[in-house]
Amino acid sequence: MLIWTVLRRLIYSIILVVAVLVLNFLLIHLAPGDPADVIAGEMGGATEEVMASIRKAYGLDQPLYVQLWVYLKNAAGGDLGQSFFYNAPVLDLILSRVGATLLLVFTALGFAIVAGTALGVIASRKPTGIVSNLVTVLSVIGYSAPIFWTGIMLIIVFASLIPLFPISNMYDVTKDVGPVGYVFDVAHHLVLPAFTLGIVYLAQYSRLTRASMLEVLGSDYIRTARAKGVSERKVYGRHALRNAVLPIITIAGLQFGGIVSGAVLVETVFNWPGLGTLAFDSILARDYPTILGILFFSAVIVIIANLITDLLYRVADPRIRMAK
Amino acid sequence: MKNLRGLLAGVAIAASLVMTGAVQAQEPVKGGTLVIGTTQKPRHLNPAVQSGVATAVPGTQIFATPLRFDAEWQPQPFLAESWEVADDGKSITLHLREGATFHDGKPITSKDVAFSVKTVKENHPFKTMFAPVTSVDTPDDNTAVINFDAPHPAALLAMSSALLPILPEHVYGDGQDPKSHPANSKTVGSGPFKLVEYKPGEHIILEKNPDYFLEGKPHLDRIIIKNYKDVTSMVLAADKGEIDMLPFLTSTRDLERLKKNDSLEVTNQGYAAVGPINWLAFNTKNEVLKDPKVRQAIAYAIDRNFIVNALHSGFSTPVTGPVVSGSPFSAPDVNAYDVDLDKANAMLDEAGHPRGGDGTRFKLSLDYIPGFAEMQKTVAEYLRPQLKKVGIDVELRASPDFPTWAKRVSGHDFDMSMDIVFNWGDPVIGVHRTYLCSNIREGVIWSNTQSYCNEEVDTLLSQAGTETDQAKRADLYRAAQAKIVDDAPLVFLNELPYHTIYNKKIGNAPVTIWGPMAPMDEVYKSE
Repeated sequence: MLIWTVLRRLIYSIILVVAVLVLNFLLIHLAPGDPADVIAGEMGGATEEVMASIRKAYGLDQPLYVQLWVYLKNAAGGDLGQSFFYNAPVLDLILSRVGATLLLVFTALGFAIVAGTALGVIASRKPTGIVSNLVTVLSVIGYSAPIFWTGIMLIIVFASLIPLFPISNMYDVTKDVGPVGYVFDVAHHLVLPAFTLGIVYLAQYSRLTRASMLEVLGSDYIRTARAKGVSERKVYGRHALRNAVLPIITIAGLQFGGIVSGAVLVETVFNWPGLGTLAFDSILARDYPTILGILFFSAVIVIIANLITDLLYRVADPRIRMAK
Repeated sequence: MKNLRGLLAGVAIAASLVMTGAVQAQEPVKGGTLVIGTTQKPRHLNPAVQSGVATAVPGTQIFATPLRFDAEWQPQPFLAESWEVADDGKSITLHLREGATFHDGKPITSKDVAFSVKTVKENHPFKTMFAPVTSVDTPDDNTAVINFDAPHPAALLAMSSALLPILPEHVYGDGQDPKSHPANSKTVGSGPFKLVEYKPGEHIILEKNPDYFLEGKPHLDRIIIKNYKDVTSMVLAADKGEIDMLPFLTSTRDLERLKKNDSLEVTNQGYAAVGPINWLAFNTKNEVLKDPKVRQAIAYAIDRNFIVNALHSGFSTPVTGPVVSGSPFSAPDVNAYDVDLDKANAMLDEAGHPRGGDGTRFKLSLDYIPGFAEMQKTVAEYLRPQLKKVGIDVELRASPDFPTWAKRVSGHDFDMSMDIVFNWGDPVIGVHRTYLCSNIREGVIWSNTQSYCNEEVDTLLSQAGTETDQAKRADLYRAAQAKIVDDAPLVFLNELPYHTIYNKKIGNAPVTIWGPMAPMDEVYKSE
C-alpha cells in the first residue's frame, strides 16, 4: 500500500531528524571555544561581568542536558531559538537564506542533469569517437577538481582576467535596476556558482548516461526496434534514453545531500547569501542555535528530496508505477 | 587657545593633503553613492553595546556622539556645541546643539545623553571608559553634566567615534536588555546617515539624513557597505572599480597590487587612535618564562626589522612599546631590544639554561590567532627557526578558529602567543588592561593574559589615568612604558599596516584619528 509506505517513511524521517538534532547538538558542544568570546567583540575584550551576563542571556550557564532538553522542546514547537551572533530568530535567518540556496542547488542540478545526459547520449553514439573521449576527459577533470578550487579558478578567469561575470554576491546592491533588471542581475550572478557546483555532477551524470546508454543500446528490444525500422532518433530518444535515465534519477536523488553540502563551499567562495555562508559564519562564531537550525533544515530538505526522487522514479518507469 | 590649536591643526591637515595630492582643491560635490567594501560582519549596528570595527564603521554614520576628534588628537564640537572640564577635573559639562533631532524626528535632550552614558557604562566591554562616572545631571534639555569620582581625562576621547553613541531613550529605554534590543538592527540615531536596509552578512544601506544637525551635510546621498567573503575577492572588486573605499586592509601583497592601480589612492592615515599592535606575549607564570631575563633574551633574539621589511614588505611599522607612535602618549625612548643574538645567548646562559647535547636549552609552545596569516602565522613561523638560533625549541600550535585560540590564551593555557591588541585611543581604554595586576582575569580575552604584575607600573598607570595636565600625563605614561618594556611581558613587534584604499574620485577621505570609524559627513564623490 502506497499510503503505508509513505507513512512508514515519514515516521523514519521524524526519528532521523531527532537523531540528527541530538547528534549535532552534542558534536557542536564538543568543539572548544566559547560563543561569549566572539560576542564580546572582535578585538574588543570584556570583563567577567560582561561575559557572565552574555552566558546567562543565552542560557550558556545551564548544564548541557538542560540546554539540549530546552532546545528539543522549543524545536518541536517550531522555535529554533535566537541566533547568538546575529541577534535574530534563527528561523527568520534561515528563511531569508533558504531561497538563495535552493535557487543555486536546483540550477546546478538542472544544469548537471540536462547537460550531463545530453553529453552522455552524444558520447554513446560513438563510444570511441572524439566527442566520447572529450566527455571522458572533461568528466575526470570535473570530478577530481575540488569544488572550491574550480570556483576560484573560474573567478580568476571569468571575473578578473576576462570580466564577463561578477566576482561574488547574488545581485549588485549598488545598482537600482527594477524588478526585471533584478532577475537578469541575479541570473548573471548565478552563472559561475551554478556552473561550479554543477560541473562535478555533470561529470558524473555524463559518464553514467554514457555507460547506461551503451548497455541499453546493446539490449534485445533496441535491436527489435531497429529491426522494425524505427528511426534512429526515436530509438535513442524514446526507447533507450528513457531506460538509461533511471540510474540518473536515483543517483541525483541520493546525491541531493551531497549537493547541498557542496553548496556550502560554493556559497562560501562566491559569497552567495544562502544557508552555506550562514553555516560557515555561524560555525566560526560558535553560533550554536544557527548551526543547529541549518543542519536541521538541510536534513529536512534532503529527506523531502529523497521522497520526491521515489515519486519521480514512478513517473519515469511505468513498471514501478504498476507494480503491486 | 582652543581655536588657535584648531586652526593650526586645520592648517596642518590641509598642508598634508596638498602634499600627498590626495584631494584636489575643489568644492565638495553633492550626491552620489559611496560603496565601502568589507569582510567584517557586524552582529548588529549599535556601538553602545558592541565593540569592534564591524559595528563601528556603520555605527558612527548612524549615531552621533557628543564630540569628534580631528587628525591632531584635538576634540571638536559635534552634538555638543561646546563643553567645559571642571577645574578639579571631576566633571564635564556638555552644551548640546539646539534643535538637533533623532532620525525619527524626536529632539535630542540631555536625558538621552544621561541614558547613553548609563547604557555604555553598564554594557560596553570597555569598562574603564565610564567606570568613574558617578552621575549625570541634566539641569536643562541642552545641558548635561557628567560627574566622576576622580579626574578622568580619558572621558573626552571616550565621548567620540563609536564609544559614546547617543541613543534615543524613547527607543532603547523600554526595559529590554540593550545587548539584544531589536532596535540594535533597526537603529534610530542622529548621525549623518540613517539605516535603510541591513542584511546580515550581505550589505548595509545607509541614506542621507535630511535633518542632520550640521547644515549642508552630509555630501553623499548614500553609503553602501558591501560584504565580501574574503580579502582576495574584495581586492579584485576594488581593482575593478566595484567599490569606492576599502578600509582596514592589511595584506601587503594586496596593498602592493592596489598601489599600482592609477585610479586608487592608498593611505595609512586614519588609524592613529585604533593603535593596533602585533606582539609576542609570554605567559609569565610559565616555569621558564617567569624569569624576566629569559623574556628579555627572547626579545633580543628577534629581528623586528626583518618582520617589518621582509615579511610585511615594509608596509607595517615597528613598535617598541605599549602605546603606538601616532599617540601623544607614546614612548619613543624605551629599550628597543635591537637584535643581538650573542647577547641573547649570554643572557640565557646567565639565566641558568645551558644548551643541551643537541644545542637546545628548553622547549616552548607558540600559539597564534588563525586567519591573520601575515601578521600572526607568518611571524610565528619566522620565530621558530630564529629562536632555534639561541637554543629555544619552539613548537607552533595552530588553532582551527578564533574561539579555540581565545580559549587557550584567556585560559592561560599557553607558553607564548602571538596576539593583536588595540590601543583604542586613550591608554585608559586600551592599554591599561594588558598590564594592571587587577586585570589578570582567567577566561577573559585581551585582559592581562600574560599574568604580568608590577606594583610600580600599576601606580604609574593609575596616576596617569587621573592626571589632568596633558604633559604630566604623558610623562607618567612614558615612565610606566619604560618599566613595562624592561620587564618584557611582551615583545612589541609592529603596528598593523592598516590602510584605506579609496577611489581618486573620493574627496575628504576619512583620515582623522578615528579614520573610517568616524562620521563621513565631509566625504564626497566627484564624477
